[in-house]
Formats: sequence, C-alpha cells, structure tokens
Amino acid sequence: MQKNTRLKGKVWKAGNDIDTDLIIAARYLNTSDPKHLAEHCLEDVFPTLQEEIQAGDILVAGKNFGCGSSREHAPIAIKHAGFSCVIAESFARIFYRNAINIGLPIIVAPQLAKAVKPGWELEVDPVSGLICDLINAKEYQGEPFPPFILEILTSGGLVPYVKKKVKQHG
Amino acid sequence: MGMTVTEKILAAHAGLDKVSPGQLINAKLDIVLANDITGPLAIKEFEKIGVKKVFDKDKVVLIPDHFAPAKDIPSAQQCLDIKNFSRQQELSNYYEVGRTGIEHCFLPEQGLVVPGDVVIGADSHTCTYGALGAFSTGVGSTDLAVGMAMGEIWFRVPETIKVVLSGKPKNPWVSGKDYILAIIGKIGVDGAQYKTLEICGSAINDLSIEGRLTMANMAIEAGAKNGIIAADEKTEEYVKLRAKRPWKVYKSDPDAHYEQIIEIDVTDLEPQVAFPHLPSNTRAVSQAGNVPIDQVVIGSCTNGRFEDLWQAAEIMKGKKVHPQVRTIVIPGTQEIYLQAVQEGLVKTFIEAGAVVSTPTCGPCLGGYMGILAKGERAIATTNRNFVGRMGHPESEVYLSNPVVAAASAILGRIASPEEVM
Ligand code: SF4
Repeated sequence: MQKNTRLKGKVWKAGNDIDTDLIIAARYLNTSDPKHLAEHCLEDVFPTLQEEIQAGDILVAGKNFGCGSSREHAPIAIKHAGFSCVIAESFARIFYRNAINIGLPIIVAPQLAKAVKPGWELEVDPVSGLICDLINAKEYQGEPFPPFILEILTSGGLVPYVKKKVKQHG
Repeated sequence: MGMTVTEKILAAHAGLDKVSPGQLINAKLDIVLANDITGPLAIKEFEKIGVKKVFDKDKVVLIPDHFAPAKDIPSAQQCLDIKNFSRQQELSNYYEVGRTGIEHCFLPEQGLVVPGDVVIGADSHTCTYGALGAFSTGVGSTDLAVGMAMGEIWFRVPETIKVVLSGKPKNPWVSGKDYILAIIGKIGVDGAQYKTLEICGSAINDLSIEGRLTMANMAIEAGAKNGIIAADEKTEEYVKLRAKRPWKVYKSDPDAHYEQIIEIDVTDLEPQVAFPHLPSNTRAVSQAGNVPIDQVVIGSCTNGRFEDLWQAAEIMKGKKVHPQVRTIVIPGTQEIYLQAVQEGLVKTFIEAGAVVSTPTCGPCLGGYMGILAKGERAIATTNRNFVGRMGHPESEVYLSNPVVAAASAILGRIASPEEVM
C-alpha cells in the first residue's frame, strides 16, 4: 500500500461474527495457492461473488470480523478475490494482524459499517481512515492506525518491513 | 500499582521492569509453533525475509496434525514441506506422524512448554498453554515467519479481564469444558476481544490440569488474545515430570489492575451445550430439548486428553451406541492413545460401536475422518460450531463436554449423563 493510496469500489456487505471458516473453508486449505483460495473466498456468504466482483470492491462487515482460526489464508483469499480493503465495526485480533501483515488495508469504522448498504460506492483513504460515501456524499471517520502499524502497511506488509530492518542492522 | 501475571511475563520477555495495557513491545519467544496448514505458508514468508537460519533450532516446533496422516495429495505436499524445512533447518522439534498428535495436546504433554514462557503458534488454539501459566497466543503465518527468523515479535500489551470461578459444582458431570462454555455464553464470542482472560478462583484450584487446558484452549472463542491460569502446585507437579527446561512461576499482584472482574458461582452449573452456530450460544443440557444426532466426535485439542476419554468410556462401558449414530473417538496424542489401549478404553469404545482413530485434527475443522453431509447433525467435544465447520454448510455442530457427548451417542439425541447412568 502506498502512502497516498485512495481506494474506490462497490460495497459487499456481510453481517456480524463472520468467521475464518466462512471466509475460506478448511476443505480448501490443502494448498496455500492464492488463486485457489480466492476462488472459494466467502462462497457460502456471497454465492455470486466470483461472477460479480470487480477489482477494487470493498468488503464491509459487522462486529468481530475474521474470528476463529488463525489461518492467514483468509485475508489472502479476500485480497486475491479482488477486494481492495475491509471495513468493519470490529475485527478479531488474529485477522487484524494477519491483514496488516500481508498488506490488506482494514479499517475499523462502526458508524459507516452500520449505515452502509450493499452496492454503495465508497472512496477510502486507508492512511487517514477517512471514508466517503459517494452515493450520499457523506463522510465517515474510521479509526486511524498507530504510526508503527501504518509503517508496516506502507512497507507492503510485515515481511518487507522486517527485511528492511534486517538490512539496516546487518 | 502491581502487574497481572500476563503483564509480568511480557515485561520479562521485553526486558522491561513494567508494562501496561496498550503499550507496544517486542517480546522474546520461547516457542514458535506451526502445523501442516499454516507451516508451509510461514516457510514461504520466512524465505523472503533474507535470513538463512531460524533463530534457534530448538525453539521452532513443527507438527503435522491437521490433515495428517495426509488426507490427499496436496495435503501430503504440505506435510512434506514442513518436514523438508525441518531437515534443512535441523530442527530438533519436528515430529513425524506416529510420534506426535494434535499440537496442543502434544506440547504440554512433552514438556515443550513451561510456566512463564512466551509462545506464539500459527494456530488460534495456541492459547491452550495459558493453562500452565504461560503467555501463549495464536498468530498468522507471516507473524510466525518473523518469529522464526528473529526470535521476537511485537505485541500490544492486552487489558485483562479477571474471571473468578467460585463454589463446587453439585452436578458431578460438570467439567472445565462447561466452565469455559459458561464464560463464553456470558461474555459472547467477542467479549474478550484483544484482551487477556485471567481465570482463577476456588473452582480452578480444584480443577485438573487437563480441565484447565480445556478452558485456556477456548479463550480464543471469546476473542481473547490469551487465556491464563497462574501456575500452582498442581501445575508444577505436572510440569516437573515433563519439562525439558527450567521454568518460572509468575502470579498477579494483589493490586494489579483489571479492566473488568467477572464472578461466576459454579455450584448450580449444569453441563453446557453450545448450539449452532456460535460457541456462545449455550444452554444447560437439561434445556436442550429433543435434538436427534447423526454423529458424535470425542477428541480434539479441547477434549482429546486421557481424562476426557476416560470419562467418556465410563459412560459408554457396557452400553451400545445408538444404531443411527456414528461415534468417532480420537485420542489427542500417541501417548494418550497407548494409555487408552492399555487401560481398556479402546476396547470399551469398540465394543460400544464407536470407531477409534489415531491422533489427528480430522473432523474438528472439517478436514476428514467424519465430515458431515447436508442436513446432518453432530455433537462434538471440539471448540467451534461455525457454519460448515465440520462439513456441509447446512450441517450442524453442537459443542459439549465428553460425558454429554458419550451419553448422546448412546441415546441418539443430545442427552445428559444421568439419563444413561
Ligand atoms: S483439534 Fe481442531 S481446534 Fe484443535 S488444532 Fe486441530 S483443528 Fe484446531
């Protein structure tokens, strides 16, 4: 993710407590190939996702998104399915870390997550957490990241971030 | 102001005298764990970092357990990936099928985790080891890769919720599983999100180490970062027989700060059943109503220990599984399996009409060895009953302790142990 990224896309709306088994079922975890994972992303939540998703679309969910297993396959599936970011009322802890670590922008924005309807167009600044509802021309402020986490995100994820540190310190 | 047990362990591993909730720290790691699903992805990320060797070949543990013995060709490849990496890195803690079992049953049993440790595992139920007074939490594969490379990882110091369980249950069939289901039922699946669940009280002092492992195992089902039960004499007795390293016991200070204190009197608690599709959807077994079942699973990192199998066998001894029901018993490790053979439990299960599998996660995550068809219903001693967790998205999983599962196997519907004893 670049520092001045603006994400724009159509909303897919999911409910509360979407667990990682729903995001990517264990029956598909006999590989970690992102393409294979993306093909089964959220298939029991959005049966038409594969046909209808457009690159850049935005996933909005309720409370506790990504609860359950630690499988990093979940944010990988979401990222490679074409979603540009995930906005939720709240995230489960391991999912939150995993998304940042693989460079998938996520934003905690309870007000927007409650208000938004499927199909709305949003424009998102993942760095400041500012979200614009383009249909109703209304702005929402999501929670901004602490600087340290922002640095991981703008480095492209945890591995590029650590790689940089390893190089600096030899 | 004093510190909680979790804060003390984190401070010690971050080289600090004091830490407080919200603080970002780098903590040194004592054990870094992955399995055949999360390991291959962690290895891929590890290789991108640019270090040649893991930080300590004795502290990285890789266990093939989820789809092992391999259920299909891609799973076999994943198992091979972690085996090859272990060889190449000369890891002392890679265990082939036949010498191990489900990771969270195996590590405590073998003394690989000790009180006072900081442990990360690329598996959400890594929180299990909190039962031994360790700080232990689940992470994803990328965090794990960084842990393997650097031997440390960043944490945000969590706020702590203290849960005090008092009283002695009148119902003899109540166990650690029921305590933790009752807690999750009370606070919800995000009730402890990002936080520590510190569990204590007289009911915990009375509880076996097995029961405590069951409880800490399901801290994640309340969204917690870690669950922790401070080590006591029981813990030290358990650890003494197994530990491969010295350990250190930490306890919360009397003036430690808690975000919240929850008190539960277990005197009148009944065995609990979590209905589909959330572990928080709990009811007392007497309120379950008539729920016919197709399958029973007794096993998993939650309730696949010897005590669990022993209790289930007590219920099933001399009885027959209901003709419409499949019952699958899965000992958590090879050691448990052997003990179950030696003490006649396996005979009891087979005579009752159950199958007994070698250790694996198998059906717990809908992998294999007991997948549910559309519309089928299972009662399981596992930890999650999410939509599709054990098979078809239109199947159902009910969670319970081993004795309720065993009684249900006999009656073909969700049943309490009194009904068959
Ligand atoms: S037994 Fe189930 S919950 Fe435990 S590690 Fe295996 S899949 Fe995960």
